[in-house]
Amino acid sequence: MIKVDGLTKRYARNVAVDNISFEVEKGQIVGFLGPNGAGKTTTMRVLTCFLPPTSGKASVAGFDVLEQPIEVKRRIGYLPETPPLYPEMEVKEYVRYVGQLKGVAHSELDAKVNEACERCNVADMKNRLIAKLSKGYRQRVGLASAIIHNPDVLILDEPTAGLDPEQRKETLGLIRELAGSHTIILSTHILPEVEQTCQRVIIISKGKLVATDTMENLNSRLRGAEMVAVEVEPRGGDLARETVQQRLEQLSGVSRVVFKEARGQRLSFEVESLQGRSIRAELARSIVSADWNLLELHAAGLSLEEIFLQLTGAEKAAPGGTK
Amino acid sequence: MNLVWIICKKELKSYFASPIAYGLMAFFALIFGYFFYAAVAIFVVRGTEMQMMGRSMPMDLNEWVVRPVMMNVSVIGLFIIPMITMRLFAEEKKTGTIELLATSPVTDLQIILGKWFAAVLLYAAILGISAFDLAILFLYGKPDGMPILISYLGLLLQGSCLLAVGAFISNCTRNQIIAGAGTFVVCLLLWVLDWVAAYDTSTTGKVISYLSVTGHFENFAKGVLDSKDVVYYLSLIFLGLFLTTRSMESLRWRA
Ligand SMILES: Nc1ncnc2c1ncn2[C@@H]1O[C@H](COP(=O)(O)OP(=O)(O)O)[C@@H](O)[C@H]1O
Ligand SMILES: [Mg+2]
Repeated sequence: MIKVDGLTKRYARNVAVDNISFEVEKGQIVGFLGPNGAGKTTTMRVLTCFLPPTSGKASVAGFDVLEQPIEVKRRIGYLPETPPLYPEMEVKEYVRYVGQLKGVAHSELDAKVNEACERCNVADMKNRLIAKLSKGYRQRVGLASAIIHNPDVLILDEPTAGLDPEQRKETLGLIRELAGSHTIILSTHILPEVEQTCQRVIIISKGKLVATDTMENLNSRLRGAEMVAVEVEPRGGDLARETVQQRLEQLSGVSRVVFKEARGQRLSFEVESLQGRSIRAELARSIVSADWNLLELHAAGLSLEEIFLQLTGAEKAAPGGTK
Repeated sequence: MNLVWIICKKELKSYFASPIAYGLMAFFALIFGYFFYAAVAIFVVRGTEMQMMGRSMPMDLNEWVVRPVMMNVSVIGLFIIPMITMRLFAEEKKTGTIELLATSPVTDLQIILGKWFAAVLLYAAILGISAFDLAILFLYGKPDGMPILISYLGLLLQGSCLLAVGAFISNCTRNQIIAGAGTFVVCLLLWVLDWVAAYDTSTTGKVISYLSVTGHFENFAKGVLDSKDVVYYLSLIFLGLFLTTRSMESLRWRA
């Protein structure tokens, strides 16, 4: 459905997207994962014909973004990072306007507006001014207007950015519901969101493709190393952080100890295990037997940067792997 | 064409959703009312003077009221037009809503025409207010209708071409204030060019004064429809809109 081949986008000075290739099949829901500045928005803007590529090719439903932009635009529903809403319009009026722009036939316009509003749970706000809507509702109005013309492809740029956890869950649920009838690409810098929603993931960093894989494969590649956060306090007297760090590093199964912060006497660290080792029990025992107070110990998720480290490391270790 | 009309309707609604349309209308109504009153007062004073001097040659309403007032309107327009065009593109670029238009199956030209038509219609509505004042002339006198219509046509043409230029300038920036100020400066320049002709009678002087927007309006104000002036306005409209399409495209490539 979507085909990107050697795509490069250069801004005046810097290269935002560097020779990226991937394909998305029909009906898939794909996560586009990368830290801020990775080039997610830029790639999406090329796919939606907002920006032309510097070099390389991109096509949607068989239509090239440079040669037949109008055909591509007809088949895409796009929700930019900040939904492009006109605050002076009412919700219904806005969704209707977008429908007209997207070429929805006049005879079915009203029915489609109602349908899109119901699917995105904004039916109760239809007559509200957009300026008066909460952030969560604005996102949903943006989504409703993106699906108004029943596009083959939905491109959602950080659809959960700036939402509170409750709204996040709702929005992701909504996207999962939409999955059946559309091919969806959604970008995010939050890994769990991709895990919850997507079948495939495309990971980019600094404009370069890091990995493209199914969610299961990625999980098995990431499984293994464990990240544990601990907080320690001396039982009277002073405690140098080097002492603690050394003691933890000497434990078997620990690959790395990173000092996080000191709050008064409390010291917190992040401890990473070797592949396939569970270290939480041993950590606790070691700290207690050193006669320190163990204030906190919990498994911490891998941050995106750590995933990148692992993925790029893993790929060097096993060339021709799952890439 | 349908899409142009859809965009145009939306733009007009946006104008009237903010105080700007009403503000401009009120401003114009006041200023026009003042100039109209002044012109009529002069006309009446002169008329009585003439009668007292025993000359009863009838004075021409068109020449004494309509023409000077319409000349004033063509200058007032220079102040109103930047206020209309400044938000056209700059606002959408700032808020990011341009992304909606640019990723919809709509051509750049349709977007530009839609927005420009909306600006022209708003300007026409503002000019329309003056018709209420002029109607008074028909109640108490017998002015000639045709020259008035022609001068309205001239005002509309002059407005349309400055609105096209304003649209272009608004497309070059994401800052409304800069767009407005830039348009105002260009409007003033195109007006002032006319003064050159007063000092400089050489060929260059003539060429420069030919470029003046208000200079071409003089004939319209007299009620004279000259194809030379119409062609001037139409080509400036075309130039403004053409530059806007170019700017939209180049922005996309530079982005
Ligand atoms: N309009 C622009 N002009 C110049 N550089 C830009 C522009 N937009 C984005 N960039 C740069 O391109 C890179 C990728 O940006 P972006 O695609 O927005 O990343 P993401 O969406 O993944 O956060 C960044 O380094 C950013 O600074
Ligand atoms: Mg982004």
